[in-house]
Amino acid sequence: MSGAREEILGRIRGALAGDPAGEVAVARGYRKTSDLSGAALADRFAERAEAYKATVRRVDAAGATEAIRRLQGRFVVPADLADSWLPAEFVRDDGNLAHRELDAVAGVITGCAIAIAETGTIVLDAGAEQGRRAITLLPDFHVCIVPVERIVGSVPEAIRALRGSLPRPLTFMSGPSATSDIELNRVEGVHGPRRLEILIVGAA
Amino acid sequence: MASAAEPHTFPQLAKRAVADTQLRRNIGNATQTIRTKRAGVVAEVPDWEELREAGRSLKEHTLRNLDRYLVQLEEAVTKAGGQVHWARDGAEAKRIVTEIAKRHSAKEVIKVKSITTEEIKLNEALEAAGIRPFETDLAELIIQLGDDVSSHILVPAIHRNRAEIRELFMRKLGLAELSDRPSDLTAAARTYLREKFLTVPMAVSGANFGICDTGTICVVESEGNGRMCLTLPKVLVSVMGIEKLVPTWEDMEVFLQLLPRSSTGERMNPYNSLWTGVTPGDGPQEFHLVLLDNRRTDVLADRTGRQTLNCIRCSACLNVCPVYARTGGHAYHSEYQGPIGAILTPQLHGMDEAASLPFASTLCGACYEVCPVKINIPEVLVHLRTRAVARSGFNMEKLAMGAAIRMFDNPGLLETAQKIARVAQRPFVSDGYITGGVGPLRQWTRARDLPAIPAQSFRDWWRTRR
Repeated sequence: MSGAREEILGRIRGALAGDPAGEVAVARGYRKTSDLSGAALADRFAERAEAYKATVRRVDAAGATEAIRRLQGRFVVPADLADSWLPAEFVRDDGNLAHRELDAVAGVITGCAIAIAETGTIVLDAGAEQGRRAITLLPDFHVCIVPVERIVGSVPEAIRALRGSLPRPLTFMSGPSATSDIELNRVEGVHGPRRLEILIVGAA
Repeated sequence: MASAAEPHTFPQLAKRAVADTQLRRNIGNATQTIRTKRAGVVAEVPDWEELREAGRSLKEHTLRNLDRYLVQLEEAVTKAGGQVHWARDGAEAKRIVTEIAKRHSAKEVIKVKSITTEEIKLNEALEAAGIRPFETDLAELIIQLGDDVSSHILVPAIHRNRAEIRELFMRKLGLAELSDRPSDLTAAARTYLREKFLTVPMAVSGANFGICDTGTICVVESEGNGRMCLTLPKVLVSVMGIEKLVPTWEDMEVFLQLLPRSSTGERMNPYNSLWTGVTPGDGPQEFHLVLLDNRRTDVLADRTGRQTLNCIRCSACLNVCPVYARTGGHAYHSEYQGPIGAILTPQLHGMDEAASLPFASTLCGACYEVCPVKINIPEVLVHLRTRAVARSGFNMEKLAMGAAIRMFDNPGLLETAQKIARVAQRPFVSDGYITGGVGPLRQWTRARDLPAIPAQSFRDWWRTRR
């Protein structure tokens, strides 16, 4: 296929050959940071995540532990999820749980890399306490623990913070899965989890 | 593509669509709904215009350095454990994807919504090779089961109502009972596709963005079918047009703001998946990226047409277009509809296929105003019209316009012509409009309301006042 590579690159160079010299300057006049800080960040994040039909609860560490202990059914958790956040019934994913096993559990509990206030988004980067992508995809219910200090204001702030996560895979989630394909009616829960519960920890 | 006998020019198809009042009402309501939603979320971004300018300049900068950036992306993807393929045209891309499937003995593949694979008719090629492709986006599934074609870039089944979808699902998925509630229809699709997600060994996706400095590919979606395809199979093949590049990771801060708000009218779409090559123990362990030209380099060579390659497929232009709102997407006879389709289709598929599309516009400019990367669609439309007219050789419209220019240049000639026309038009005037006509006049009035020449001209009126 190297023939195709050289031909395409050649076509591009030919197409650009007649262009006037000089670089196209990239305009960077947009906001790099948001005006939000402190309590306002958590407030905005909670409000926007709820707009996406996520359930949001604001708790201290003890409240989070309590909320998780009370979950009903068997939950999958990443291998490194802290002991304090284990539900009554759980199975740790060491990377070997089959897809069908993940399909059969009641839900999944994970941490997150970062959360974005302006858009109500949580971001998973397969880092600490998050596990591989399949565990937050196949179960029908996702409980996500968001430490309040992980909330940033805007998309640019999140992108900067996530540079260090690469090359690990990233998943941005704004609410549970959803479709609007039938007469533009929004239906939550298509192929991903039908329910997303967010515990903002430290924001009580 | 339709056979030559079937109507497939925009005027032919639009005439049929405009006569369908139900379709007009459905499309009109749908575009109005998305338009209102988009306006709301765009209004809350104080630096929207700065973001648009950043998007435009980033795209232009990337296109001007496309060779360098493609090589950089190739290196980064390869370094991260992916394999990069180059395809001069659709046929070559189809061969690459089919060969990968055969190598893995895949009898079935699952697909993430991808207009690029529609553009090259990948599904047909896979089927011909004995491989069954399953569309997993709900709207694409509706289209595939109905043996239908897409009518909107973002919501391809926008022309189908719930009753039709219910009937289709019952018949094709073999369901004895099903209501027409969107939640029940969605649940039926979920059950049907879950088994495919768990068993099919290979997925094919498109790509919204390819990030050159990190080799990261990004797919933006809502339903989770994308995440399923990108995560569960052993093998993943992504087909990406060579224009979808973003120079650096940090530049994603611009496009991840522009795209969701412009397309679905959301602050962020429910899911974005970004992956870099292969991650041991997480997701597909074999990743192929197919870089597709398919005439994109011809578009690049045209300095006015080039800006078409800025497109991030948000569909905002469809939802504001007065022509699209009345004709719907099928009239464009393309996988790219609306204003962007009217400029992209003739450039990618050639003027032979789509010479009528640059005329499918009122040039009102609404599409330019909403475009998140500032593609001057009216400018490209006029540019392509010139090309369409020039290649058509002798043309009555061109002749008539030439005569008109001479007439407006000469007041005496104009007045004489008006006097003659006032008499000559009489047999064709009804309610102040010329509705019929003979020869080329009939062709003109078929698609336009032509006001009759009034009994008194402005010049006569002015003379009587003085």
